[in-house]
Amino acid sequence: MIPAGFEYVRPESVDEAVSALAEAGEDAKVLAGGQSLMPLLRMRLAYPEVLVDLDRVAELREIRDLGDALFIGAMATHHQVMRDPLVRRHAPLIAQATATVADPATRHRGTFGGALAHADPAGDLPAVALALDAVCNVRSARGSRDVPAADFFVDWLTSALEPDELLTGVTVPKLGPGWGTHYEKFHRTAQSWAVVGVACAVRRERDAVADVRVALTNMGAAPVRATAVERSLEGVPVSDGAFRSAAEHAADGTAPPGDLHGSPDYRAHLAQVLTRRALTAASAR
Amino acid sequence: MTETVAGREIGSARRRSEDARLITGRTQWTDNLQLPGMCHVAFLRSPYAHARITGVDAAEARQRPGVVAVFTGADLADEQGSLPCAWPVTEDMRHPDHPPMAVDHVRYVGEPVACVVARDRYAAADALEAIDVDYEPLTPVLDMEQAVADGADLVHADLGTNSSYTWVFENGDLDAALRDAPVLIERRYVQQRLIPTAMEPRAVVCAPEGDGFTLWSATQIPHILRLMLATVTGIPEHRLRVIAPDVGGGFGSKLQVYGEEVLALLLARRLGRPIKWTESRSEGNLTVHHGRDQIQRLTLAAERDGTIRGLKVDLLADMGAYLMLVTPGIPLLGAFMFNGIYKMDAYSFTCTGVFTNKTPTDAYRGAGRPEATFAIERLMDELAAELDLDPIEVRRRNWIRHEEFPYDTIAGLTYDSGNYEAATDKALHLFEYDTLRAEQADRRERRDPVQLGIGVSTFTEMCGLAPSRVLGSLSYGAGGWEHASVRVLPSGKVEVVTGSSAHGQGHETAWAQITADRLGVPFEDVRVLHGDTSVSPKGMDTYGSRSLAVGGIALVNACDKVVDKARRVAAHLLEAAEEDLEFTGGRFSVRGVPDQARTIQEVALAAFAAHDLPDGVEPSLDSDATFDPDNFSFPHGTHLCAVEVDTETGFVRIRSYVAVDDVGLVVNPLIVEGQVHGGLAQGIAQALYEEAVYDAEGNLTTTTMADYLIPSAADLPHFVTDRTETPATTNPLGVKGVGEAGTIASTPAVVNAIVDALRPYGVRDVPMPCTPERVWRALNEQEGSA
Ligand SMILES: Cc1cc2nc3c(=O)[nH]c(=O)nc-3n(C[C@H](O)[C@H](O)[C@H](O)COP(=O)(O)OP(=O)(O)OC[C@H]3O[C@@H](n4cnc5c(N)ncnc54)[C@H](O)[C@@H]3O)c2cc1C
Repeated sequence: MIPAGFEYVRPESVDEAVSALAEAGEDAKVLAGGQSLMPLLRMRLAYPEVLVDLDRVAELREIRDLGDALFIGAMATHHQVMRDPLVRRHAPLIAQATATVADPATRHRGTFGGALAHADPAGDLPAVALALDAVCNVRSARGSRDVPAADFFVDWLTSALEPDELLTGVTVPKLGPGWGTHYEKFHRTAQSWAVVGVACAVRRERDAVADVRVALTNMGAAPVRATAVERSLEGVPVSDGAFRSAAEHAADGTAPPGDLHGSPDYRAHLAQVLTRRALTAASAR
Repeated sequence: MTETVAGREIGSARRRSEDARLITGRTQWTDNLQLPGMCHVAFLRSPYAHARITGVDAAEARQRPGVVAVFTGADLADEQGSLPCAWPVTEDMRHPDHPPMAVDHVRYVGEPVACVVARDRYAAADALEAIDVDYEPLTPVLDMEQAVADGADLVHADLGTNSSYTWVFENGDLDAALRDAPVLIERRYVQQRLIPTAMEPRAVVCAPEGDGFTLWSATQIPHILRLMLATVTGIPEHRLRVIAPDVGGGFGSKLQVYGEEVLALLLARRLGRPIKWTESRSEGNLTVHHGRDQIQRLTLAAERDGTIRGLKVDLLADMGAYLMLVTPGIPLLGAFMFNGIYKMDAYSFTCTGVFTNKTPTDAYRGAGRPEATFAIERLMDELAAELDLDPIEVRRRNWIRHEEFPYDTIAGLTYDSGNYEAATDKALHLFEYDTLRAEQADRRERRDPVQLGIGVSTFTEMCGLAPSRVLGSLSYGAGGWEHASVRVLPSGKVEVVTGSSAHGQGHETAWAQITADRLGVPFEDVRVLHGDTSVSPKGMDTYGSRSLAVGGIALVNACDKVVDKARRVAAHLLEAAEEDLEFTGGRFSVRGVPDQARTIQEVALAAFAAHDLPDGVEPSLDSDATFDPDNFSFPHGTHLCAVEVDTETGFVRIRSYVAVDDVGLVVNPLIVEGQVHGGLAQGIAQALYEEAVYDAEGNLTTTTMADYLIPSAADLPHFVTDRTETPATTNPLGVKGVGEAGTIASTPAVVNAIVDALRPYGVRDVPMPCTPERVWRALNEQEGSA
């Protein structure tokens, strides 16, 4: 459990960080909270030649109100995010899901941006970003670009980031009145990863579902939207029966993994149960 | 005969004096040691469960920066010997050679095949990657039932079989019971393989010093380790000093003589420099000995009124690839416990130890008794269900009543004392048993997706290991006594030396409490020394809930000898007859003349000065004592568990847990409470979370704590604990031992509760660990077949 050797740079600004990345080329890795990267290094599953440590880049820790959206800096820690008044008010789904991530020690170091850039399908926050139609803000020495969450998570541990690119933060549209959200996480112990998770946002107009978004954690190589559930609910009157029959489609088109914590068919079953519960909780607000 | 001392210290819930340094880490863990010129060793381990080694090329590794030396098994073959097994349980037990480093065969994933000694840990780890090993893979043996079938592949080809031994115990006419009893409950239960997870990983440092060696190790057994290192390496015992500095937990996993310990010593000898090794968590999961792993075939015979007639137990016990220190004996400790607290007139126990291509097994908290207790307590619930009786009632009809002690059990033990009625009544009351049963009925009625289950475990266990004579009769290689010495220093302060080796149990506090009461000195004036063979010259170390029930009694004996000697000196100084002296609160006074007195501190100074001692009394106030128990001790208790089972997801939540334990006299209630809580967590973990899983190639897939789940406080309920106090009659304090009770009792309580919740659905077992998926599958299989 000892990492192989590497070079280490510690930039103090975004500009310095992206030029360090540009210089290092393919073999550089960004180090954020280290809560996912350090285990990979220690198990010698990753051999980067250069680590670019973002710890000193203060501007990446900011959380700002943009009017109709929030900006969450990539280096905002889980601990910071879940307690932030803006996040709690305008994106309570993020605060709620973040509180289920790991344990207090890990949440003090792990970052929002790191959790997205790592693109672990078992991570809780990718599905949440997907359900909220968040946009990832990306910078490199070549320039800036915005990548919608729907395009950001490409495959298992693979995001849309190029090796020289930095995730600087995430823009999260505020949900207006009428919206309710819920993250339903199923895990075996308080500190363990989601076997399956369901991030859900529902907008009610009177007694009907006006808008609904459902995204699934750990139901494939990347987080996915449960589009069949969403489609079958649009405009439908809110009722237990409607949620129940819509939730039966939660696993449609997914390819859930099988591991020690659950086989694919158990996960498919869980997705249905948890989706029904998430819809019920989100629409109860 | 029980002569309980009503002192100020015994019975007081003192906070543990060692905790400040243990919790803050301001202490010497083995891995903290830095010695001049120290080198670090890293081990290359087999990626195959079973293979022949056809070549090892270490030339490149030797050239790597910082590398001092590289050794293969072949390099050390002449001096490394074979790791010891001290418990040949039968005369014909098959006992393969076990080289600390594999020479030409590897038999489990993780077995060391080469090592790099380097100037730092990083250089050592890097150079491992440059060693090239050629393997010729062989078929791994992974399934015990297949391993003992005809024509099976063999773990050790030269043995001609995968069976190490078969051990049998029989008493009474079981055939008649099985033939005549109207009710037979037949079950197959699997005790899954567990990985002991001590907070502190294993670590060892060995330094050449003068004409010998000092070896520090995170071990439970410095004394046994010294003897075994001498035996294995041929280095004379008096040239070896073994130190167990503060040790962060063991649970049996550090009751071992590990290859890494032997190799650290050999490398220190070869290179003439201090050597350090510390394992990583993943390395530890692969290579600390594992626990449990039994397949149990059980038949319980009973009358229609629930009276037990007899019990048949057939075990396959996984030894893993080799026999380690006490591997073969572990399942046999269960042989005496499958009958639990119940009366029956026939019993048969057969155990076959089986070799597989997995990490060797050995003692893990409870060691044989949890497996046995699980079996009988599960069977009692199954019997109750079969006869439509309350599980408490079926137990009442069979247990030994308090007036029947001492009681000779069908398994050949004599239970000295106990009161199962009292513990059970107290537990039922605290649990609000009837209220919960009513809620259960209501949830069943409503077909609530969350069902309530109630699990019972009325357990006993044998601990205080062990009467040496009994160990001898079981062919164990050593005795079960313990040693203590007490020195009252010239200044009146007291040093206590114990042969027990604390690794988290709080001996420094409890031993000081006992000493303070026995000698009448302040608690703060007592210092407890342990865990260093130069300081504590003899001892049998800590395991099997033996420290207090054996080592504590040795301490009492040593204290009493000090008081006897002090009395002679005091009588002489006071010019009084010994019989006329009273000893209370640390003062000897002449009966009827209370101001004619000498304190024990004054006596100690006089004994040190030795100016005026009575004839035949040697200078200095100290003593040495040992204690060898006549019998085991038998803690018991009643544990009740309520679980909520989410029938939609299979998730199990423990709603409440009541543990009423009877551990005899309690020296420190806070320590007892801590042991119970930790024990419960570990037993619950077996029921719900933990399992060492191997894939079809024999790779351990649970090498990290993301895969090998252990519960944290957040996953456990608020435990309600209480006690009854039936003193042991076999030692002068009346103590029994509490280190393993919680682990032994709780596993069946939880599984019984889960099965109880699901019984209306036709479920009668869920294999451990009862993961959500397994619970869900158990429900689905029933629904599918219904
Ligand atoms: C014990 C434990 C339990 C955990 N449990 C959970 C859980 O239940 N749910 C959950 O969601 N997560 C869990 N995690 C993961 C945790 O959330 C991590 O913090 C997170 O996944 C990664 O964040 P980090 O800041 O630590 O990133 P790092 O580990 O530093 O980096 C992770 C990856 O992202 C890249 N990266 C990081 N930041 C950037 C950036 N700004 N731009 C470009 N690339 C970047 C790195 O190069 C690396 O490849 C757990 C972690 C641990 C140690």
